[in-house]
Amino acid sequence: MITAERKPFEEILELLEGKEKVLVAGCETCVAVCLTGGEKEAEILAAELSIKAKEDGRTLDVDHISAIRQCEWEYLDAIAEKVEQYPVVISMACGIGIQSMAERFPEKLVLPAVNTNMLGMPQEHAVWIERCGACGDCVLGVTGGICPIVRCSKSLLNGPCGGSHDGLCEVTGPNKEEIPCAWQLIHDKLIAQGRQDLLMKVTPPKDWSKSNSGGPRTMVKEEAKPV
Amino acid sequence: MSDNGLKAGSNLERMFAAGHFVVTGECGPPKSADYDIVAEKAKALASCTDAVNITDNQTAVVRIASMAAGYIAAQNGAEPIMQMTCRDRNRLAMQADILGANALGVYNILCLTGDHISFGNHPTAKGVHDIDSVNLIRMYKDMRDAKIFQCGEEMPVAPKLYIGCAENPFGDPFEFRTLRLKKKIEAGADFVQTQCIFNVPKFKKWMEMVRAEGLHQEIKIMAGITPIKGAGMARYMQKFVPGIDVPQEIVERIAAKEKGAPQQEEGKKLGAEMIKDLAEVEGVHGVHIMAVEWEPAVPEIAEMAGLLPRPKLS
Repeated sequence: MITAERKPFEEILELLEGKEKVLVAGCETCVAVCLTGGEKEAEILAAELSIKAKEDGRTLDVDHISAIRQCEWEYLDAIAEKVEQYPVVISMACGIGIQSMAERFPEKLVLPAVNTNMLGMPQEHAVWIERCGACGDCVLGVTGGICPIVRCSKSLLNGPCGGSHDGLCEVTGPNKEEIPCAWQLIHDKLIAQGRQDLLMKVTPPKDWSKSNSGGPRTMVKEEAKPV
Repeated sequence: MSDNGLKAGSNLERMFAAGHFVVTGECGPPKSADYDIVAEKAKALASCTDAVNITDNQTAVVRIASMAAGYIAAQNGAEPIMQMTCRDRNRLAMQADILGANALGVYNILCLTGDHISFGNHPTAKGVHDIDSVNLIRMYKDMRDAKIFQCGEEMPVAPKLYIGCAENPFGDPFEFRTLRLKKKIEAGADFVQTQCIFNVPKFKKWMEMVRAEGLHQEIKIMAGITPIKGAGMARYMQKFVPGIDVPQEIVERIAAKEKGAPQQEEGKKLGAEMIKDLAEVEGVHGVHIMAVEWEPAVPEIAEMAGLLPRPKLS
């Protein structure tokens, strides 16, 4: 799933400086599951903005709404009536949802309330871990199902580097958390699977043209297009 | 390969070919446009080593580029080993830089992954990591031997390169460290410099595994030595430097002396003892002395270890 974190309140206030009529728009898909931008979180942000405006003695007409998926036209159509009433929309959807909102309602000022950060999985309740870099050229078949592109801090295809120690990466995460060495995990998994021969194969340089390095990507399923 | 059987013909390669126990040093370029600092370090190392590593934005901190500093070192009598990390360049820049360096007379190259960008002075920068060090070695080998760029295009004049790599016998998974060296040899590495060694018994165990695979016959192995300047440095490396294994008895040996000159003397003595010890290990072809911001200590350590004068090749 796509995960996102809410921006600091001060940054949201800066983005909304001078605005008097604002709609907070949540999304009920990925950002709701990661407890960042669903209807409940949209309601909370709207309330916080309202309280802050009152404290500052400002006029602010703020309300909230949530789309089933902000990244699809039909679900944006479903909230269009409400959106039309506000000149400014602050979206709590992922970057895709925010841009879809801006494209669907070109006359509105659409602002982000979250930082979209990764394609992650819920490791345990309230903890998400990055699992995929959407690189367009999956190597999981030769790495024991463990992605070296996002789980190795240096995206090594032929690791581990010299900084692997006691199963941990030399890098500590942004929240000071310990990071498991992806190549220690790959090493152990391939041996456990009896596929250690793969460890001795050199994986050639990656074709990054299939990732965003090749420019923005478009996917077309010709067979599914309406005739 | 040229008619004389050499790949690059550098002093480093020829010293190995002549069967000498080889000595390399290390020069960290300054964090400023200061020619003289590089020149002085190079001069200090020129007479007591056979070649000198020129670090590439070491610890992810911006410094004079390794190509330029390598050229300055050469102008001042030290044969450069240009370090190249995968952190700061994509494959275009890596190939362009090696062509440029080679055209300027830099023939030894050390292929490294590079310390992670978060350790340096620009932690918000984007780490490149387009290709990794194993693929970097192979790319340079192909440029040299097949006269082709990574994309497969041919070039009229190939670079002459003596290709090095690094390996850390103290990294994990320990058993895989020899196999990773084997991968680097297969990719095209001619010599390897190890991470600095403090835990000599563990290094010897690693060398046993290297010999069991026959790797010491396929690559020139240089044992890494970092002289310890004081107990504070030993403790810092023990606790904070990734991939370095400093046994407690080493910290205690240095700490037993008074701070300042006595600890420095002990550090030099320990370095020289370790070199003598490592030189006896079968399959060790040389020593790489990394005196971090302490280059002037190298001649003395080399002297104490019986490595001077360096043989001059005709």
